[in-house]
Amino acid sequence: MSAVEKNAEYEELKKKIWCPPFDARFPNQNQTRNCWQNYVDYFRCQKIKGEDYAPCEYFKKVYTHLCPGFWVEQWDDQRENGVFPGKI
Amino acid sequence: MSTWGQLNLIDAASPLQSEMFLFHDHAIVLLLGIFSLVAILGVKLTFNKFTSHTMLEAQSLETIWTIIPALLLLWLALPSLRLLYLLDEQSNSGIVLKSTGHQWYWSYEIPFTQSLSFDSYMVPESDLNHGDFRLLEVDNRATVPFQMETSVITTSADVLHAWTLPSMGVKMDAVPGRLNSMSMFVEKPGVYYGQCSEICGANHSFMPIVVEAVSLKDFVNYLEGAE
Repeated sequence: MSAVEKNAEYEELKKKIWCPPFDARFPNQNQTRNCWQNYVDYFRCQKIKGEDYAPCEYFKKVYTHLCPGFWVEQWDDQRENGVFPGKI
Repeated sequence: MSTWGQLNLIDAASPLQSEMFLFHDHAIVLLLGIFSLVAILGVKLTFNKFTSHTMLEAQSLETIWTIIPALLLLWLALPSLRLLYLLDEQSNSGIVLKSTGHQWYWSYEIPFTQSLSFDSYMVPESDLNHGDFRLLEVDNRATVPFQMETSVITTSADVLHAWTLPSMGVKMDAVPGRLNSMSMFVEKPGVYYGQCSEICGANHSFMPIVVEAVSLKDFVNYLEGAE
């Protein structure tokens, strides 16, 4: 495989992975609020714009990359039971 | 078995650990200089026969021995601050590795099209293969690509733990209810070992951290295969 092909393959592979970009609201080591805010924003966005509104999916992408799975499960349960503390 | 190589810091596998290694050497040079100077002065003062009963003050000498240590401290502080801020840099490219501390194992999540999550338990001594490291091997290693930024996001499900990888120069407390992020750039493929670094209970010593760095191609294949 030539260097050019290798490079092209590498670029293709890079497209498959993703990392949340820098968010100026959360410049610190502590990313708790970043995860939380994106979770709240996702459901708020869906509530306001409707469930099929594609741009909302960005928030979901960010929170699924940041939040631990067991946090999301817990918050999902809380939303279902109507005891979620955030404003959605 | 201890070997001579262990006298120094662990081999660096990330640019930040290399920087810390250099800073360590930088600080040691200063320490050796001061130690030698003080030792020589101490010996000279003890054994020389000249004393002065009349010298009560020496303004210029005092000025010099105030300014020189100040400069030496600055010589130590500036690279230290530079390194401190370098360590705090967050990556926005590459991948995310989520690690959660439990009593007493680590669980990992690697977000991809679907999130891959698994627990990582220490391999007990009776199950070790020839050449494995006692108290360091785990059943499921966290896998990351090398030559790429990895953002490690750590938290805990119960008590304080700390996610540590000495050869990456990374150590971060895993705090329940809080997400701590750190950036790690693995330079070389390999298997890297660390141990929980915050006393977390009876089996604190038995929850090692193992990260396997593979090429991006193998990493993507691994994730796609796991789905």
